[in-house]
Amino acid sequence: MSVVREISPNVRNMKPLDYEILARRQNLIEKELRQGVRKPFKEVLDVSMSDLQMSGLKPLSFVRQVLAACLYPELLNSNKLPVDVRQRAQRLLGECAGASVGSYTATKGIPEIVQRISEYITRRDGGVPCSPENIFISSGSQWSLLNILKVLLFESSPKRGILVPVPSHVTTTLSIPSLGGVVIPYYLSEEQGWQLQVEELQRALDSAKAWCKPVTLYIINPGNPPGQIQSRKSMQEVIQFVSEKRLFLLADEVYQNLIYGENSEFVSYKRVLGEMGHPLSDTVELASFHSASKGFTAECGLRGGYVELVNVDPAVMKHIYALFSKDSCGPVLGQMALDLALNPPQPGDPSYPLYHTETEHIRKSLLHNIKRVSEILNSLPGFSCQPVQGGSFAYARLFLPPSAIQKAEELGLKPDTYYCVRLLEEAGVLTLPGSEFGQKEGTHHMRFCITTPQERMEEVLRRITNFHTQFMRNVSETEADRV
Amino acid sequence: MNHGTSLLWKRRALSSLSATRRGLPQEKMTENGMTSRAKVLTIDTMNPTVKKVEYAVRGPIVARAVELERELSEGMKKPFAEVIKANIGDAHAMGQQPITFFRQVLALCSYPELLNDSTFPEDAKSRARRILQSCGGNSMGSYSASQGIDAVRHDVARYIERRDGGVPCDPDNIYLTTGASDGIVTMLKLLVCGEGVSRTGVMISIPQYPLYSAALAELGAVQINYYLNEEKCWSMDIAELQRALDEARQYCNPRALCIINPGNPTGQVQNRECIEDVIRFAAKERLFLMADEVYQDNVYADGCQFHSFKKVLFDMGPEYSNTVELASFHSTSKCYMGECGFRGGYMEIINMDDEVKAQLIKLVSVRLCPPVPGQALMDLVVNPPQPGEPSYANFIKERTATLSALAEKAKLTEQVLNTVQGISCNPVQGAMYSFPCITLPEKAVREAKEIGQQPDMFYCMKMLEETGICLVPGSGFGQKDGTYHFRMTILPPTDKLKILLNKVKEFHQRFTQQYS
Repeated sequence: MSVVREISPNVRNMKPLDYEILARRQNLIEKELRQGVRKPFKEVLDVSMSDLQMSGLKPLSFVRQVLAACLYPELLNSNKLPVDVRQRAQRLLGECAGASVGSYTATKGIPEIVQRISEYITRRDGGVPCSPENIFISSGSQWSLLNILKVLLFESSPKRGILVPVPSHVTTTLSIPSLGGVVIPYYLSEEQGWQLQVEELQRALDSAKAWCKPVTLYIINPGNPPGQIQSRKSMQEVIQFVSEKRLFLLADEVYQNLIYGENSEFVSYKRVLGEMGHPLSDTVELASFHSASKGFTAECGLRGGYVELVNVDPAVMKHIYALFSKDSCGPVLGQMALDLALNPPQPGDPSYPLYHTETEHIRKSLLHNIKRVSEILNSLPGFSCQPVQGGSFAYARLFLPPSAIQKAEELGLKPDTYYCVRLLEEAGVLTLPGSEFGQKEGTHHMRFCITTPQERMEEVLRRITNFHTQFMRNVSETEADRV
Repeated sequence: MNHGTSLLWKRRALSSLSATRRGLPQEKMTENGMTSRAKVLTIDTMNPTVKKVEYAVRGPIVARAVELERELSEGMKKPFAEVIKANIGDAHAMGQQPITFFRQVLALCSYPELLNDSTFPEDAKSRARRILQSCGGNSMGSYSASQGIDAVRHDVARYIERRDGGVPCDPDNIYLTTGASDGIVTMLKLLVCGEGVSRTGVMISIPQYPLYSAALAELGAVQINYYLNEEKCWSMDIAELQRALDEARQYCNPRALCIINPGNPTGQVQNRECIEDVIRFAAKERLFLMADEVYQDNVYADGCQFHSFKKVLFDMGPEYSNTVELASFHSTSKCYMGECGFRGGYMEIINMDDEVKAQLIKLVSVRLCPPVPGQALMDLVVNPPQPGEPSYANFIKERTATLSALAEKAKLTEQVLNTVQGISCNPVQGAMYSFPCITLPEKAVREAKEIGQQPDMFYCMKMLEETGICLVPGSGFGQKDGTYHFRMTILPPTDKLKILLNKVKEFHQRFTQQYS
């Protein structure tokens, strides 16, 4: 009998994801393709996660050149790399202990990088001041978020609750039971473009008070999976709300650099808070998260993210510091990627023309993709899709016929998972079902990323269109039944 | 403000609390009588276990060292020209050079245009191509699977097989991690459960690397201390393990035994018999073994050799190798690479059943994936240049130079510290630190206690202020009551180390005199 058989129930209680069903099918299909099995497609198009570089969009040359020079400083001695690349690398290396990216850094991150992040934040927020002492860099934003959640949530009676949007990406919510906390869902309003309604926050809070102690409100802006951007007015209402209800505000803002549409403007919670003035601006406790994984830099694999803590009790900050310090520091290349993402080449710099070309290419591709997604999905019966104002995903509503729903039930699958399995099996497109993210009872959705080269997006849309038309016409027995 | 007035203010504040029905924030009295809004997140409302987390290696003495650096840079006069951070096992910070081949491959991976550059050797290029092919989108910037890049895990498995003389290793049992610390904390998360008397207890050596005590505190696990024997060169003693375990059984449910070999801070390298004894003990007492082996290439003393727990376990035959559950940890931060900033590591899990592995996968997916450059680096560490390849000669030269410099510095440290009356240093058999025992005059101990400081912290703080040398006091690692130590790295370059050691010697003599 295994010693480890008795596993922490906190870990056991982390719910398994429907994604695992799809991932297993994907592995099987790809194996069969390698073995030469005939299929209606030559490769699986994985649009389930937002990973710009995985999908084939290239990393930014400037970023990678600087990192290469930092990794192998011999490159500084030649003219192979543009002069501003070499200058930037030289400066960064000078900020590393022993001039090496292999050294540990200060717990919060390389101080000069932290300083420049605070300057980015101030610029972004129209001058609202930012103190570098409030910033912690870590190995991706999820790492910081988990640390802050650890401070807020713990085993207690009644359980401590966190208000979480429905729909919401799973990675965060997955860990809440393991921290001893409990999720209090609040529903975003699909008909209103997935906007947050404060009345709904109130409802969720009121219903939760009977069985838990709500302590924190988690907001994703721009959203994931739906790509909505919150209006300034809505953000002000949220700030009033957390102040009155005494909630700690967690603002997941990792998609702040992926904004589309001329009328869309991202404004940070820090900025809105600052502009609302005293007393709110110096009392509302806020943690805001950003990352080098999203935006055009898209360095998901380098693991660079940060949290800015606003109005947090200094005594608590000391303990937060200790918590971060036991993990030493964030990976240095991730810290640098963050720095380069937030402080890109400027007009006049030798690297600027190429940087501009590359980012424009990505921007045009994404705008094109969003337009095409909207055109196509909104013209297909059985599909509808709210406009994507920001972020990496399209989040489409599926109107499934009763026969499909019944079939799914027979197979023990949620209806939209069933749809996604069939889409994968028959068209070779990997997406994620809405049941993964939470949704109103009786509704079904599908999420797929739009951060992919244009040709790939066209292919994805073509395959979805063909599959969907067929599917709606005839829900029938296929190999997908053997799940 | 007198007491009466503040009471009056309090009553007024209390009556205005009825305003909370209108949803207004609670008022709180501060010392100067001004009302201020009480925070949502305070010392009293935060997670109580997080309050217990301390990590001495980056603790208060380091904060002071950073302050002194700032003061120096601002031109303030000090009795020293620079602050020396001999507190942390960071080889590159102390001037150790990275392995050229590794950095070449990583630069090629970062900016693949360089594959067209003739100044890079062919073997570096082929390694880079191979790594890039194993990454999504052929880029290090893509997420990898949460368990780590498949191809890298396979290479790690082959490395382990070679290292352990052919003992088979299943790549499925390899998890790449964000430094070894990440793996250690993840395993502890899996193991710690129960309440009250059945709360999980975890055995850890005293002295220990304070990641363990920090993680156990954060998880609310019971830390079970077993003392290493300073008189016998910090060796482990099964009788002591038994004592610690039997005592602990009265108030918790001991489930795991952690061992650091080669040791940190102590540097001892366990001999084979000792490892066998520990395995037998773990088998008998049904304990999960956690073998922290990050210093496995850092072995210096004659007669000492690194034996992996896995190899010894399998050599002991199926009675043990089929039953004892073991996790062993490695990292890119130490050995001859010293690449701390990459946060690269792996753990190998032995005899864990599939159901448990499924739970483990859930845990590792929450943070998405470990840093890909760290995974790539680990791939190079387990797959270094081979004889006949263009980079082989230089690689061996660099690796040998680094390891022999460390061996030399280990010996030098032991020698010099042992010439100091009041300092006694066990041989530094391995790892990167000395952990000498220091005798402190009674007067110093009293003064320390008066100001609420651990005596060895008091000593180290004084040393920092007078010499600029930053060490970590033994109280940060744990030690027998009434004994005092400090941990100092052996990492500075040899000539600098000599100067450092002499400064420590002089300081100790001054300190002893001052407090006699």
